[in-house]
Amino acid sequence: MRGPEPRPLFLVRASYRRRRLRDAARLAPAAAALLWTLPLIWPRGETRISVVLVYLFVVWGLSVAVAALMARALLRADAAEPGPRDAPDEREPPE
Amino acid sequence: MLSFNGLVAISATYVAFLFAVAFAADRRAARGHDGWLRSPWIYTLSLSIYCTAWTFYGAVGYAARSGLEYLTIYLGPSLVMLGWWWLLRKLVRIGRAQRITSIADLVSSRFGKSTSLGVIVTLLAVVGVTPYIALQLQSISQSFAVFGAAGGARWHGLDAGSVALWSAAGLALFTILFGTRNLDANERHHGIVMAVAVEAVVKLGALVAVGVFVVWGLGGGPAGMLARIDASPIAAWEQSGGRWVAYTALSAAALLCLPRMFQVLVVENADESHLATASWAFPLYLLVMSLFVVPIAVMGLELLPGTNPDMFVLTLPLSQGREGLAVWAFLGGFSSATSMVLVATIALATMVSNHIVVPLWLRARSGGAMMSGDVRSVVLTARRLSIVAVLGLGYLYFRLSGGGAALASIGLVAFVGVVQVLPAMIGGLFWRGATRGGAAAGLLAGFGLWLWTMFLPSVGDGALLSAQVMADGPWGLDWLRPRALFGAATLDPVLHAAIWSLGINTALFVAVSLLSFPGPVERLQGAQFVNVFDHSDNPGSWMRGAAEAEDLLVMAQRILGPAEAQQVFARAAGAQGKAGWLPDVTPGFIQELERELAGSVGAATAHAMLGQMTQGASVSVEDLIAVADEAAQIMEYSTRLEQKSAELERTAGALREANAKLTALSVQKDAFLSQISHELRTPMTSIRAFSEILQAGGLNPQEQTRFAGIIGEEAGRLTRLLDELLDLAVLESGQGRLDVRAVRLDEMIDRALAAALPEGGSMKVLRRRAEEAVALETDADRLTQVFINLITNARKYCDAPAPELRIEVRDAGRAVDFIDNGSGIAPEQSRVIFEKFSRLGDPGKAGGAGLGLAICREIMSRLGGAISYLPGQGGAAFRVALPATAPSLSNA
Repeated sequence: MRGPEPRPLFLVRASYRRRRLRDAARLAPAAAALLWTLPLIWPRGETRISVVLVYLFVVWGLSVAVAALMARALLRADAAEPGPRDAPDEREPPE
Repeated sequence: MLSFNGLVAISATYVAFLFAVAFAADRRAARGHDGWLRSPWIYTLSLSIYCTAWTFYGAVGYAARSGLEYLTIYLGPSLVMLGWWWLLRKLVRIGRAQRITSIADLVSSRFGKSTSLGVIVTLLAVVGVTPYIALQLQSISQSFAVFGAAGGARWHGLDAGSVALWSAAGLALFTILFGTRNLDANERHHGIVMAVAVEAVVKLGALVAVGVFVVWGLGGGPAGMLARIDASPIAAWEQSGGRWVAYTALSAAALLCLPRMFQVLVVENADESHLATASWAFPLYLLVMSLFVVPIAVMGLELLPGTNPDMFVLTLPLSQGREGLAVWAFLGGFSSATSMVLVATIALATMVSNHIVVPLWLRARSGGAMMSGDVRSVVLTARRLSIVAVLGLGYLYFRLSGGGAALASIGLVAFVGVVQVLPAMIGGLFWRGATRGGAAAGLLAGFGLWLWTMFLPSVGDGALLSAQVMADGPWGLDWLRPRALFGAATLDPVLHAAIWSLGINTALFVAVSLLSFPGPVERLQGAQFVNVFDHSDNPGSWMRGAAEAEDLLVMAQRILGPAEAQQVFARAAGAQGKAGWLPDVTPGFIQELERELAGSVGAATAHAMLGQMTQGASVSVEDLIAVADEAAQIMEYSTRLEQKSAELERTAGALREANAKLTALSVQKDAFLSQISHELRTPMTSIRAFSEILQAGGLNPQEQTRFAGIIGEEAGRLTRLLDELLDLAVLESGQGRLDVRAVRLDEMIDRALAAALPEGGSMKVLRRRAEEAVALETDADRLTQVFINLITNARKYCDAPAPELRIEVRDAGRAVDFIDNGSGIAPEQSRVIFEKFSRLGDPGKAGGAGLGLAICREIMSRLGGAISYLPGQGGAAFRVALPATAPSLSNA
């Protein structure tokens, strides 16, 4: 299906950064989920609810900001190097 | 105080405003001025239908009951949006590449355009979303009731049911007007999306306004508010970890699986890059929506204890005499409810008409779309009826459930229901091994378990399931109790239902997928979905069929509308370099047309319709494989033909060779005949001449005796010649019997010498008897005949003054040499001596026909040996090679 196009073993710096940006975009929700479940390990009954409330909203706000920056970067990267076609880790062998 | 009629008038005005907005947006889009209608901001705002009346009213109630847990419902979707690059981007790309019209279409299309899967998902969605629509109707009627309670006597006689009924009717009208105006090629509804976006702003503004009033007007600013929160009944942070994680996951999944969310996220998406904006803007929207929920709940609990916390958003401003704010809040809640109902109804109606009504209709009219009336009107009618039916079902559920249950619990029932699609959907997007059987098994099991553990118990106590079944299980089987399946009695009911239904759903999906084998279309679609970024174009699944371009145009006009269909056809014709309206019916064109039609009636239906048109039946990959088989057969046939022709050529060559041989043989035969007639004629001439002399008479007895002697001699020669010819013919034809026995070589040589050399001849024979004492398995008479012939030849032709014949046995009896001491045979003559009628020197001298050596050669070859001339032995030398073993008896 896909021809064995020769690919360089190492990427130039810009492409490398774009790859890592996509990695970060995939990891972002996991990181946010982790931060949002953090209050579950705080001591029950002793933690004031306002602290939890403020913490959750601050994390929320920060994720929105990070997501906004990443979305812009991802769009730019996608325009520079369209599609994940060149990312070997996204390729699968045919089944 | 605001009257009932006043509130109705405000609602009506607001709805009229929304009508205007939707109408204007549709007009602009129709004229092609849809630039800003397709902006990422409109897209993000349209996603806000996630926040229904459940959010607007219910979140506050949820917070008042369970503290911060309400946040999970908004954190989950935020996570999905933050992870857009991984999942949503793929979903949207697939939706656009495959012209997906609904979540049922997605699942059906992924698993080989399966109609049955489309039906399952549609039913699941209808059953799951109906309570959700009921929830919206309930919130509208409750909000009216709040104003009624505050208004006192002038609201006398207000019936919650009639408010819900009129709301449902109005919503049905709105949805029909803007949702089924046309069968859009890509199922986008600009008017509705625009109205939803406006409502998104209204409801966000209303909630923020109430929140600001509560925090700054009543709570004494942020610091004071936080202090009040810590002092409130919900201050204790005693969140259950299981519920927190499970609800976050459920709501995340619901964002993907709710039909209305799928509609706005995937179907109405105009540009993939809008996702990038929405990925942060929508979480921000959710953040702002949930920001003031806790302050409102806390303030409500403080100021209005004992009232329904679900309505704090309305009752708080009302209790403080802020009627304007309350009306805004009312409109916010109204917006939340109506926008959800609008989109959900469209999504459900699309699914019902595409996956249930149209397939049934097509099946009922097996004559095909060609013969039918107006498909377009059928689809539109089906959709309108579906809208009415869906809203009717919602209203029915509202009446059945009595409108009593807390808003939040109804929402969760719907969430767990629609999330049953998740395993099949995610599995289909990322796992090529997922099969139709697996998806169906998982969906049906999850659907059933959800009905049993969550939906039926939710419809009011004792309404569908008796209290006894709830307590003791059906037929007293206590491990089947709806709230304690398989003995899991201690779990939270929602968690209980979600774990069992989703767990068994996923397990069956994976297990059946692993065990079953996907059909060709499934595998094709699987590859298309999973590797959508590698090839965003469709599979080439059409062969040129019997359909003519004109027939296709007639059908397409019925579905897409004349103008649009003609445009599609003209464009295709232009692309093929043809003038006019009708392009060639190429597979590419049919594929393109199928995609256009799929945008209106769904992939499975479009495929079936074009299938009926192009080949009178569905053109599937199975058909293609059959065609490929046929091609393979043709190729095989032609290979066979080639082989045959090569064979024929070989045969012809063989025939030519045989012909050449026959011709050569014929020449030989002619030569042989002329020779034989010559050989026969010579003695016959003498016999005739002398017999004529004898007849003439006048001869003395001496002469008579001499002539008669000559006649007898010549007749004897003739007889010998004929005997030899007969002998040769018998040998050559392979007839005649070999008499194989054990014999001794020396005895045979003795016999031959006795026969060939008369006693007292001049020839001297040299033998070595010791070596001749060898036993052989052969035909003694024939071999002796050969020896006699050779010895006779030596006696006749040896020209030495003292003739000698040496008989030497070589190789322990494998060969016998006969060597005389004459002048031998010249090399050029030695090559032909074994041929018939070849004679050396004077024919008369030998007195034979020249057949002796030819006969010897035949005999030796029959016996499995050979005879050859040995040059350079100082005389004529013949070697008789004896067979190593007994000669073959096959010819005997």
